[in-house]
Amino acid sequence: MNMITRRQALGLGSGVAAAIGLAACSSKPSSAPAAGASGAPGAAGPSGAPVALPTGTIDETYQGHRIQITVGTGGHHGVGMPVVKIDGNELHIMRNADNSWVTVVNHYETFPDPISAARAAVRELQGADLVPFTPKEAKL
Amino acid sequence: MTTVRKNQATLSADEKRAFVNAVLELKRTGIYDRYVNAHNWFLMNDDDFEDRIGHRGPSFLPWHRRFLLDFESALQRIDKNVSLPYWDWTQDRTPNSSLWASDFMGGTRRGRDGQVLDGPFGAQNGKWVLTVGVLTVGVDRRSYLRRGLGSGTPQLPTRADVDSVLAMPVYDMAPWNSSSNGFRNHLEGWRGINLHNRVHVWVGGQMTSAASPNDPVFWLHHAFIDKLWAEWQAKNPKSGYLPATRTAHVVDLNSVLSPWNNVTPADMLDHHRFYTFDTEAGGQQRY
Ligand SMILES: [Cu+2]
Ligand SMILES: [Cu+2]
Repeated sequence: MNMITRRQALGLGSGVAAAIGLAACSSKPSSAPAAGASGAPGAAGPSGAPVALPTGTIDETYQGHRIQITVGTGGHHGVGMPVVKIDGNELHIMRNADNSWVTVVNHYETFPDPISAARAAVRELQGADLVPFTPKEAKL
Repeated sequence: MTTVRKNQATLSADEKRAFVNAVLELKRTGIYDRYVNAHNWFLMNDDDFEDRIGHRGPSFLPWHRRFLLDFESALQRIDKNVSLPYWDWTQDRTPNSSLWASDFMGGTRRGRDGQVLDGPFGAQNGKWVLTVGVLTVGVDRRSYLRRGLGSGTPQLPTRADVDSVLAMPVYDMAPWNSSSNGFRNHLEGWRGINLHNRVHVWVGGQMTSAASPNDPVFWLHHAFIDKLWAEWQAKNPKSGYLPATRTAHVVDLNSVLSPWNNVTPADMLDHHRFYTFDTEAGGQQRY
């Protein structure tokens, strides 16, 4: 395995801004390539100029539960990734190469944007609280 | 003695009981939860844009083969006669299958949010608590096993679906992730007809989450995925594991697999070194 530092190449692909589904997203990414689609090994991370972060947020009630989405400055999978909370608890979310999304709750199924992934998690949780991401590095 | 992995539908009552008891014993001693945690850790870290080891990359198959071997030997330390059964979901494809009966996986009876209400792994049996607290092995606070059995997606893959994927001659290709063309990604299910991922979603409950081994049917599902890899190898003898040389972010043929760090995909290619399947001619014969 190549030893490029994880997260080294992680900029913000155009997909993040687009897929988060914020109508008010102010900046139009122009040159950032679709992340991962071109797919040369080692260039899988978005390599274009980082695009401006969307400044809006989503805060909605869905089936009686609060979904909040902001664009974070950290988070498990890197800067610029959306931070999703359900009833105040973080829902781990990850972007796929085709700019679809998976969450820790539905990890074998993809969703077109973070809000649909969050709503699917609400349906699956049926009111149960998420627990923080706690797994320790695997030792068997 | 060579381990023979059998179709779960053919197991005797004694064989089912032995498997279940060994799994419950690993759960009781806390060993089982280490596997859940390890799987969760890898699944949460495997990333299309960064390193990927257990999922969404070429080493999906050898990583899970090693993971299952590890678990199977833990079971065999409890009971040396136990082996991992496989669930051929192209054949046993309904919630009425004996797989879900109360003498095996349970789940024929389920509550409102899918809570399994019968069998050895139902909360009523008191032996299958998804612990919360110090070591959290679930993704939410529900401590009981749940399943949907068709509520997440209506149909399990058919044999024709499987055959269409086994016919793909190239193991994997760039960009070596969830958008790749080729056998591995179609088997894993991020692209195309979707085999492996779809079964996780069909089972539902914990099986849809990153902590999917919380449902013991995980092992039976992956034992079948592992068998499909062996079937593909037999059908495509000229096709090998790819990538064969160093490639960013993924485990090539001769690089080591974490967390073991002493085994490579090359070491995992021939399952006959470790076990045979009940469908193989001369099931017990070696080499
Ligand atoms: Cu897995
Ligand atoms: Cu799986």
